[in-house]
Amino acid sequence: MPAVVGERITKIFGQGDSQVIALKDAQVSVDRGEIVALMGPSGSGKTTLLRALSLIDPPTTGHIAIGNDVVFDGERVLIDDRQLRRERMGIIFQAYNLIPFLTTVENVALVLTLNGVQPREALKRAKDLLGQLDLGHRASIYPATLSGGEQQRVAVARAVINDPAVILADEPTAALDTERGKAVMHLLRQLGRVHKAAVIVVTHDDRMIEGFDRVYHMIDGRITNH
Amino acid sequence: MNLAIRDVKYHFGRFVLTGIGVGLLLATVMAMGGIYRGMVEDALSIVRAPGADLWVVQKDTNGPFAETSRIPDDLYRVVRAVPGVREASPIAFQSVQLEYQSASIRAQIIGYRPGNVGGPQAVVAGRPLAASRYEMVLDLKAGIPIGARLPMGRMTFVVVGLTEGIVSSSGDSTAYVSLQDAQELQFLKGNEAVRNERARLEADLKVNPALAGIPVSALSSILQNTNLANAILVRLEPWAEPNEVAQRIERWNHYRAMTTAEQEDVLAKNVIERARQQILLFRIILLAVSTVIIALIIYTMTMEKTRDIATLKIIGAPNLKIGGLILQESLALGLLGYGFGALLINLTYESFPRRVAILAFDQSLLFAIVTVICVLASIVGIRRALAIDPTTAMGGGA
Repeated sequence: MPAVVGERITKIFGQGDSQVIALKDAQVSVDRGEIVALMGPSGSGKTTLLRALSLIDPPTTGHIAIGNDVVFDGERVLIDDRQLRRERMGIIFQAYNLIPFLTTVENVALVLTLNGVQPREALKRAKDLLGQLDLGHRASIYPATLSGGEQQRVAVARAVINDPAVILADEPTAALDTERGKAVMHLLRQLGRVHKAAVIVVTHDDRMIEGFDRVYHMIDGRITNH
Repeated sequence: MNLAIRDVKYHFGRFVLTGIGVGLLLATVMAMGGIYRGMVEDALSIVRAPGADLWVVQKDTNGPFAETSRIPDDLYRVVRAVPGVREASPIAFQSVQLEYQSASIRAQIIGYRPGNVGGPQAVVAGRPLAASRYEMVLDLKAGIPIGARLPMGRMTFVVVGLTEGIVSSSGDSTAYVSLQDAQELQFLKGNEAVRNERARLEADLKVNPALAGIPVSALSSILQNTNLANAILVRLEPWAEPNEVAQRIERWNHYRAMTTAEQEDVLAKNVIERARQQILLFRIILLAVSTVIIALIIYTMTMEKTRDIATLKIIGAPNLKIGGLILQESLALGLLGYGFGALLINLTYESFPRRVAILAFDQSLLFAIVTVICVLASIVGIRRALAIDPTTAMGGGA
């Protein structure tokens, strides 16, 4: 049973002469515990597909299912998209996007508290996870004082803390050097398998290609190898 | 996990400085309110000080605080005979400028018959007037000590006692003197003026045969009559009904009798009305400015968090959480500003040159208004926050 399925996903921006087809009949299916890459040049539609699958910017047409639940039926979103993301998805950003006024541990615990976990319990679980990622000693400091690699590891912790079915990562290594980028990718693969999440990573960096179970190549809004 | 508390803690210095700025603005609002209240209290203090029930004044006038009112000072004997009147005594008012240690101090002279209605109910230092001449009881506000000698007109007064909180409607200190002293200050002309008046009378008598034979000194003394007062103060028997007694005095004695409440009304509504309205308008403008400033601060704070709010939306934070963050910060800012403003005004209001009356009711009302302002201001920020496109948190292109 795939954790996430996207069928014939099309995304059109604008109307008439200014119409741009950003995605055309994209097909994606990723099982739990599987890690796949979305690769392609800039403007090929990788991030647009990620936004569509997470319902941040739903597609124009197509079907999206998370587990057994159809969340987009071709016309409308069938679920509270924010509830979907906080309960069943983890999202990692290119620029880390940690909340600057929350400490490291609070950033990780935030997702749990949004899901109704008591703050004390959420902080404990977040601290444990940071400890597993060798970030326990950085738990009480603000993100601005962390290095880029540390911030992205915290962002990965935030993405997995709620045991999501799907982890979506948008260019997670773009702002890191090769060594730190590989470390983050290794962590992502490891945690994806441990948490049995379907991991979809957008990247255009060939250096990070090793370790993916599958790679979707995209050009001009189309997946060329499905 | 309360995001507003975390954000305030993270930006503590800036938040406190902003709160102080808002607090200074709210302190100005409180000061204006206090000045308004003080103005009313000042105006009413002079009416309330003698503890009179009725004020008998010149017919068709509103009494000495609103316009000129001159009546014979012995009218009190007639008034005293009216049923229900327990006490009646004349009183005279005049604005003067006291000279003390090369400083000029504005004062409101109140002349009364010592031992009768018209004087202050209590002195806070020294003693009330005892002698019938040349003694003075001043308000503390004048800053002149007991024992000071104050030359005025042809007389020199000795300060024998001090009152507190009795000032004129313009905030000047009151100066109680005997009625006779007050009458001379107000009505007795200087030597030069008397001589000039006699010369003029003499000239008039020469050209008016009907007045021939009348000595100039006789006419002059009549014209220089100082036995005038500005009002007769009346205290009633406990059983007497003020309006009934007032009507009786008006009907039979052809003077106007006003209750103390009516006199207060004249002061509050006529004498200080424009100043009151001006201050009220200024307060409204200040509150409007406060609303705009708080709204701008909240809007700017929201704009600074655009990326963070977009991130919160992407990780699934509901609108309630995001709106709560902005509303709580707005309320915290208002609370901090209000607290600072209230502290500042409570520490400094006694240093203002005029009375600033800080009332708990006014402060509670302002607190409620500030709360409403903060809620309204946060709506601007919340609308902006809810309009933020979550994709702004994501880097990269299509």
